[in-house]
Amino acid sequence: MTSKNLTQLNMVIVGHVDHGKSTLIGRLLYDTDSLPEGKVEELKAISEKRGMDIEWSFVLDAFQAERDQAVTIDTTQIWFKTEKRNYVIIDAPGHREFLKNMISGAAAADAAILVVDADEGVQEQTKRHAYLLHLLGIQQVGVVINKMDLVGHKKERYDEVSQEVVDYLAHLGITARFIVPISARHGDNIASIAEKTMPWYDGETVLSNLDKLQIQPPLVDRPMRFMVQDVYRYKGDERRIIVGRVESGILNKGDKLLFSPSNLEATVVSLEKWNSEKEITYAKAGESMGFTLDKPIFVERGHIASTHDNPPMLTRVFAANIFWIAHHELKEGMLLTAKFGTCSWPVMVQSINKVINTDDLQNENQKQVKRNEMAEVVLRSSEMMALYSYVNNPRTGRLVLFDKYDVVGGGIIDMAKFADQRNVSKAADLYSVEHLLRRENREWRNGHKGAVIWLTGLSGSGKSSVAMEVEKLLFNQEKQVYVLDGDNVRNGLNRDLGFSDEDRSENIRRIGEVAALMADAGMIVITAFISPFKEDRMRARAAAGQSFHEVYIEADLATCEQRDPKGLYQKAREGKIKEFTGISSPYEAPDNPEIVVDTQHHSLEECAQQVLTYVNDVTKV
Amino acid sequence: MPMYDYLDELESRTIYILREAYNRVKPLGMLWSIGKDSTALLWMIRKAFYGRVPFPMIQLDTEMELPEVYEFRDQLVKDWGFELKVELCPPEEEMDQTLPPATRSATRKTEGLRNLLLRDQYRGMILGIRRDEQSMRAKERIFSPRTLDGKWDFKDQPAELWDQYKTDFPQGTHVRIHPILHWTELDIWRYTLREKIPYVPLYLSQNGKRYRSLGEKNITFPIDSNASTLEEIIAELEVTRQPERAGRAMDHDSEDSFERLRAGGYM
Ligand SMILES: Nc1nc2c(ncn2[C@@H]2O[C@H](COP(=O)(O)OP(=O)(O)OP(=O)(O)O)[C@@H](O)[C@H]2O)c(=O)[nH]1
Ligand SMILES: [Mg+2]
Repeated sequence: MTSKNLTQLNMVIVGHVDHGKSTLIGRLLYDTDSLPEGKVEELKAISEKRGMDIEWSFVLDAFQAERDQAVTIDTTQIWFKTEKRNYVIIDAPGHREFLKNMISGAAAADAAILVVDADEGVQEQTKRHAYLLHLLGIQQVGVVINKMDLVGHKKERYDEVSQEVVDYLAHLGITARFIVPISARHGDNIASIAEKTMPWYDGETVLSNLDKLQIQPPLVDRPMRFMVQDVYRYKGDERRIIVGRVESGILNKGDKLLFSPSNLEATVVSLEKWNSEKEITYAKAGESMGFTLDKPIFVERGHIASTHDNPPMLTRVFAANIFWIAHHELKEGMLLTAKFGTCSWPVMVQSINKVINTDDLQNENQKQVKRNEMAEVVLRSSEMMALYSYVNNPRTGRLVLFDKYDVVGGGIIDMAKFADQRNVSKAADLYSVEHLLRRENREWRNGHKGAVIWLTGLSGSGKSSVAMEVEKLLFNQEKQVYVLDGDNVRNGLNRDLGFSDEDRSENIRRIGEVAALMADAGMIVITAFISPFKEDRMRARAAAGQSFHEVYIEADLATCEQRDPKGLYQKAREGKIKEFTGISSPYEAPDNPEIVVDTQHHSLEECAQQVLTYVNDVTKV
Repeated sequence: MPMYDYLDELESRTIYILREAYNRVKPLGMLWSIGKDSTALLWMIRKAFYGRVPFPMIQLDTEMELPEVYEFRDQLVKDWGFELKVELCPPEEEMDQTLPPATRSATRKTEGLRNLLLRDQYRGMILGIRRDEQSMRAKERIFSPRTLDGKWDFKDQPAELWDQYKTDFPQGTHVRIHPILHWTELDIWRYTLREKIPYVPLYLSQNGKRYRSLGEKNITFPIDSNASTLEEIIAELEVTRQPERAGRAMDHDSEDSFERLRAGGYM
């Protein structure tokens, strides 16, 4: 056994498509004798088959499609070692189409090498990747100017291109750790100095520069943060073990912990690890750990434990610098899920402050963010979130955005412009009545969760019929269910409201709030209002949080007008009713409803059954 | 073994992934191949859940494993007391006969897995594969969505970063979970040694031969080696340039044979 350090440095190779990233890695492995036996022969054979000389990139590019098209599609990782230590080299694709894969690879790295083609110089993805490194918090960046053979190994060209890269990185606050002129295909300046072809270069090889980079140490010196993942209780075992990971700092036995956002406190009685020979008295940043508390306070997944004197901020709103990788555009008013650590919050995009043009780093004055763009946004939640600025704590200051099932973006949190709401929220708590019963208690008794099933659609689309049918079916299943419809609301709660724009909006706001309360009380509430405006529905969603489910009752205008059960369309056409949705006032169909019910092509029974299945699924405890 | 402290970090990460999986994906199961990787993983499951194994271990059985493997399996179930489900794989005659022979044989496990998923409706299946084993596996995500019949859409994998895994899916999707993707073969042996985890004795040299990777007896072959203790295996692996799966026939049928296998749902 050698005594060398076995820890590994994670290193990502980035840069514009075809600039030679995979080739560099393949060659690095070859030049350090790290390829398994028989690999070179295999590479020769598969390269020849495609009419090429030996292609080093095929070490990494394993998919047939990657080899056939000579392009990296997905990120990959490969191990190699030097005299000094072990490395995990992460290959990232350069094609803009695969930016999400580049991000998946780069996010795991301690350091990066930016590859730039000497002939082509700095290109679109060179800049975008550099900007992403900055967003992903990778500060150690080295640069290689590749394919020097294509520019006659000329120093002038090297100087020109490296200046361009250095200038761009400087704008991002990044100083390149090294710049090396190389020829990846020929192995020049990778593991040995190319005295013949580039005698003017007086620096070191890529390999020896790598050994000078540092592994990012765990954040032991930052304030303690523990993200709760789960709470375990076992039969015949009295312990209630709170499990999760120490994200930063050190957690000690005997620490008095403050949990956020609940603001509850308790003391660590024991640290729990299975099969540990001796008692554990502390756990450092990076460790998965469990602990027990002296008091049975309510703790759940998503809570963050800290010490009392240095807790995270509490807020309902925060700014973030993000990248956006979804096919659809990011727009103001959009609803997303923000996840950091084990926390997950429904958030609304309150504003898009700026969209960054990575070409010239100027801010674009646009209100939507397209795929692969970066932006500064403000996000708001209806719930209190425990957060931290990225600059203060990289582990807990970064977030990933989800839209339904998919990752659509991510970035870093900036709380500079927002105040801590912790004390404010404590004061507010004094006035709100503490319920002894929690929502879970009610759910347990009812055997189902409370929910707001929000139907929206044109007049005559079938909202009321579907609502009443589903109500009946749920009632027969012994569920607590109630339909809020025009009449039962207009006659009482909202009898002071007319039909002006403002009044309509207020009408929906109140319904949203009432529905949210009823859901909180454990009921399944079905609302059946046209609710034509997205903004109004968004507010209703914000009121009910995760219990809210938007159901788009879909039928085209012609069908609804033909049905015209109450003769309203006819009156609207005759001008007797003003601002009638679909005729003289717009209907804003939902962008992302939880379900779409097509009443035009399906029978009432089928539609009701569809909603019923969905409701049963989401209200299961 | 202080120089093996770096394993703590790998282990912590695996435990984090296991706890995420257990919290987010239900019902959950694990494919236990009885080999070194999935047995080390099973050990870490016991660590994550305080001595318990809170979901079933599933063996895709072709009845072609070596006898030592079955012996080891039954002993471990007895010693550790966890739930084992044995899923018999359909016979080779029912496989696609146009496939090369070793690949065809390996496909039996894909089919066994498909049957299991369709019948028992698992939403999540934990697997002990590693990135350093094979270049197709190196491209895997930790949480990797599959269609109901196991197909892997490797050309369009979801983004995955900062320990945020895609754990919610529309109906008709299941997810493969890979908690030791970031470990290497050497890491696994060092960990097995440090933690004193039991392993099938076939990995140790006998008469100058040992198995480096265990698979069915018709398509897996031992390598030349004199390593007859874990320390010797580790010393051997620190210098060897032989790839781990050299003894696995199905990897070498043709350039794309493993890609075809995996795209179709193979582990
Ligand atoms: N002349 C010359 N060609 C090179 C050199 N390095 C790489 N190439 C060629 O450039 C082409 C692209 O190389 P890759 O390594 O696949 O590029 P990449 O950056 O990984 O591309 P993507 O991953 O698709 O973004 C291949 O044909 C390489 O052989 C070099 O130093 N000189
Ligand atoms: Mg590449």
